[in-house]
Amino acid sequence: MLTTTDLKRTPQIIEATYESPTAERLEKIWKSEPGLRGWLSTVDHKAIGKRYLITAFAFLVIGGLEALIMRLQLARPEQHLLTPDQYNHLFTMHGLTMIFLYALPILSGFSNFLWPLLLGSRDMAFPRLNAFSYWVYLFSGIFLYLALLHDRTPDAGWFNYVPYTLRSYDPGQGMDIYALGMVLLGISTTVGSSNFVVKLLRMKAPGLSINRVPIIIWGTLTASVGNLFAVPAVSLAFFLLWTDRNFQTHFFDPAHGGHPLLWQHLFWMFGHPWVYAIVLPAMGIVSDGLPIFCRRPLVGYTMVALSTVLTMFIGFGVWVHHMFATGLPPQSLSFFSAASMVIVLPSAVAVFAWIATIFTGRPVYKTPFYFFAGFVFLFTLGGVSGFMTAAVPVDWQLTDTYFVVAHLHYVLLGINFFPVIAGIYMWFPKFTGRMMSERLGKWNFWTMFIGFNLAFFPMHWLGLAGMPRRIYTYPPGMGWDWSNMAASIGSFLFAFGILLFLINVALSLRRGEIAGPNPWDGSSLEWSTPSPPPSFNFVVIPTIATRHPLWEDRLQEGEGGSRLGQGMLLDNGRETISTNALNGEPEAILKMPGDSITPLLATVTLTAMFVGMLYHWWWLVLASVLASVAVCVAWLWPTAALGQTAGEHHG
Amino acid sequence: MAEVVGMPAALPVGSVRHKASGWWGMWTVIATEASLFAYLLFSYAYLAVQSHGGWVTEMPKFRIAAPNTVLLIASSLVLYWAETGIRNGRRGRLLFGLALTFAMGAMFAGLQGLEWHNKKFGPSDDAYASTYFITTGFHMAHVVGGLVVIAALFLWGALGKFSAQRHSAVTIGALYWHFVDVVWLAVFVTFYITPYLQAHHG
Amino acid sequence: MNRLPYAALLCLPATAAMAQADGPMGYLKTFGPAADPAARLNWGLLIISSLVVIIIGVLVLYAALRKRAPVRLDSRGYPPVQPDSGGTSWIYIGTGISTVVLLGCTIWTIMTLSAVAAPHRQPALMLEIIGHQWWWEVRYHGAGKAQVMTSANELHIPVGEPVHIELASDDVIHSFWVPKLGGKTDVIPGQTNFAWLQADKPGVYRGQCGEFCGAQHAHMALFVVAQERPAFDAWFRAQLADAAAPQSGPAVRGREVFAAHCSVCHTVRGAGAAGRLGPDLTHLMSRGTIASGALPNNTGTLHGWIADAQALKPGVRMPRQDLSPEELHAVVDYLQTLQ
Repeated sequence: MLTTTDLKRTPQIIEATYESPTAERLEKIWKSEPGLRGWLSTVDHKAIGKRYLITAFAFLVIGGLEALIMRLQLARPEQHLLTPDQYNHLFTMHGLTMIFLYALPILSGFSNFLWPLLLGSRDMAFPRLNAFSYWVYLFSGIFLYLALLHDRTPDAGWFNYVPYTLRSYDPGQGMDIYALGMVLLGISTTVGSSNFVVKLLRMKAPGLSINRVPIIIWGTLTASVGNLFAVPAVSLAFFLLWTDRNFQTHFFDPAHGGHPLLWQHLFWMFGHPWVYAIVLPAMGIVSDGLPIFCRRPLVGYTMVALSTVLTMFIGFGVWVHHMFATGLPPQSLSFFSAASMVIVLPSAVAVFAWIATIFTGRPVYKTPFYFFAGFVFLFTLGGVSGFMTAAVPVDWQLTDTYFVVAHLHYVLLGINFFPVIAGIYMWFPKFTGRMMSERLGKWNFWTMFIGFNLAFFPMHWLGLAGMPRRIYTYPPGMGWDWSNMAASIGSFLFAFGILLFLINVALSLRRGEIAGPNPWDGSSLEWSTPSPPPSFNFVVIPTIATRHPLWEDRLQEGEGGSRLGQGMLLDNGRETISTNALNGEPEAILKMPGDSITPLLATVTLTAMFVGMLYHWWWLVLASVLASVAVCVAWLWPTAALGQTAGEHHG
Repeated sequence: MAEVVGMPAALPVGSVRHKASGWWGMWTVIATEASLFAYLLFSYAYLAVQSHGGWVTEMPKFRIAAPNTVLLIASSLVLYWAETGIRNGRRGRLLFGLALTFAMGAMFAGLQGLEWHNKKFGPSDDAYASTYFITTGFHMAHVVGGLVVIAALFLWGALGKFSAQRHSAVTIGALYWHFVDVVWLAVFVTFYITPYLQAHHG
Repeated sequence: MNRLPYAALLCLPATAAMAQADGPMGYLKTFGPAADPAARLNWGLLIISSLVVIIIGVLVLYAALRKRAPVRLDSRGYPPVQPDSGGTSWIYIGTGISTVVLLGCTIWTIMTLSAVAAPHRQPALMLEIIGHQWWWEVRYHGAGKAQVMTSANELHIPVGEPVHIELASDDVIHSFWVPKLGGKTDVIPGQTNFAWLQADKPGVYRGQCGEFCGAQHAHMALFVVAQERPAFDAWFRAQLADAAAPQSGPAVRGREVFAAHCSVCHTVRGAGAAGRLGPDLTHLMSRGTIASGALPNNTGTLHGWIADAQALKPGVRMPRQDLSPEELHAVVDYLQTLQ
């Protein structure tokens, strides 16, 4: 029990291994309760990370099936497999599933699992908030998809342009479900971002100065800061849409002083930074993984780290490029066009850094390397089609055609999905203790790579040949037939590649080769822990001296090395160390919370509030607000164990 | 580049003033909520510009809003006084200050409600009205949230949870309340003052 | 892994691009000053982009596969870790070249923007186009704004002369787009946007709505017919005239059927039908298509469309008509007199 005298403590410094009695004692302190209760109340960042990965993948598969159905409809002109209504529901759900329920959560999965390990720490900054962010994500995804049961899925695209999405044109409840579901999901994203930012500022291992952290840290940090500023724009937009639809406010209604373009500004002020949030951490996966498979440190670490931040920063200043055709004055269009060209430059820095790393390194031709190398090509292809649309007069032709569909899939799949797959191949041993099959991995790569390019490369032609987006069918004789057929065939091949991947995962979980702590001879801290890591991550808190702690002996980066087997013990309950954000000097011993059911309870009460809002059951809204307040007060109740109160003799 | 940091002597344990993670967390909350209000005020400005004159339905009056603003700012000063109290271990001052802040905040909310009631327009009349009610409504929601925070701090303070060294919840809660105050100033200037500046420019 | 098949693979798409540039909606080949400078820029950026992709692709392959001096592999079969051996010059050179290219493209872009943003001569003609779900209303102003002629889904313009178009929407956001003559301009309720076109060659140019607007967004096409001045003037004069009343035959009966069933939504000038919900039909037979470009304009399609528009374009605002076969034939006969 913490007493008032325990305001300060000198941490005990010892040497210990993962097989020692110290490790056993730490395991007892940190492990989650077994059974259902433990499963529902765990705050273990590794469990939460895996949940994010699995849930996001499930949504990927669902979104992918939606896409395959659409590609069947579009394979030939004037088919009637789908009614226009069904098609519109499908392309809307496909978009929102992939962009919101897959693209960021999958990266949250990696970051949640890896950040404490990469940073030499034992947990995230706010473990209960971490669990909460997952539960809210899951509940919001279910909320959005429950619309299916009512046959009321949204059908106005993931971008919901008004006035088409106002009540007079779209009376069903689908739009309200989308609007409220997005506000709920936004809460998950925001608290998750908060967690990453505070963790980076507070909880790195001693010696881990800001210029030594892996690039995935830079990527996730940048994305999180960006999200803190960007997500409110879309949450607000959806909230205002909901009030226009349900309470006859007039934000978007030109007849009463509103304006349809207000929606577009708010939506894209969020939307553009968002696309960087869903690729920058994935680029970090490549920047950290590729060097391992090239047997040398990343070329130009500082330039790559800075280009990550610069990309997000400029990314806040280009949103109008989604609105070039809306009749804005040419002067403002010129500014946004130029900014959209400038933003190519930090990405160019990263591309050349990766090529240089491969060129000056010695590639190890394992599955992750194939995905990394393929990624550089896809990144470039997606980047140049974006560069083309940055030119306003050209965009006036390209926008809203399949050219943009090609562009967005090359950047989203190329820059998010391919690194994700590479990351799973690379970190699977760390997550599960087993290796994935190399043979299946290579088949996986080729089917995905060829299938993907066959599916999406022809869409550049379709766009240049004038095929608009979001049409459920097209007439023959436009020159669009062959490309559509090729795209449909490619999409099925790509889907087969995903199936191979899932088979590989399933087989490897059962029969994969058992992995040691560092099967790839990697350089970063997560490879110093067992595979999978124990609940407490590190027996002793390591002290870090360089960017590549596990390669120091071979890189000779200077005198004084990192100390991995000797460091602070911190075993008075769940504890970890807080250090200075910039230079890594230890600052405080942090007391971390254990398993708790309050995150799940808070999720339930919060979701109930949104259900009430959807059906206008105001009694439910009031009750759930009060319940949420009660849960929050319980959650935040200051406890001595967490070092938040004055101590035992005051109760 | 490769120096190792020195191993520390005694380190603080747990939440000690600004060394609480929750304090940094509250700053991220402030960043995101401030952005929310920035987008709301952007919406006001955008629609105002697009309307090419005739945006304001009814020129706002200061009769309630001005004293209400002063009241809210004063409540922040009271809360600051309460916080310095507990920093010096003065529990009584903390509790008194929290209670007074609560009363002032509640009065602000009540007066704002009165002002809403007195408005001759409702949220569904036109875009200006919608923007006014939604923006002040969001602010009101944050005020109510703040009142809950203050009430919780009072409860915990009364239970003896806080001391001169351990009172990070108070610091964090106070930070939130001051933020709500600053937001009000931005809302006040936008809705109540800018229409008169525009009127002068004709 | 041989590099050659890779390069060959990339040439195929290039030829495909050329082929598809000539489809009815392609814009790599354009026909007027509102579109030509942008098409040139488009080609330029396309060539630069293709070169970048090829170069980077080759560099990645080369970097990954080039022969390196053999080295002792470790126990796992991996090459040993080697210290940082430079490579930052790649970044400097690569980013440096990218900067120059991007700067050039930005300048070219801004020049092109000013070339296509507005016509450089006084427009010869002023039109209003109003987007509806899911058809285009076209209004011409005669000499003096008083004389208005309204049509739908097909507009005629004189060859070689710029045409000023004001764009408005009756309901949701659409986008006016005739690729071979100009880029898209959105049609937004509460706002009047402006576009301009000029066709330097006579012909029929297809356009299509470029912003998702609901169920039948896929079937919201329009046609621009560019004619030499004399032919255009003749067409315009004919369009200004009211519809002549049929004197004999089934068309007389058809006119009655029309008045009873169709005049609520459709206008026929001179026939007392003044509905404003659907397209103006005064000179229906002068148009090449019906249903906003979805169907050719002939006896068969007219029968089918009037009998059950929903079957052909589900969700369209025109309801199924409950006409007897005799009424249906009569009204089609009447419509076919509307030249």
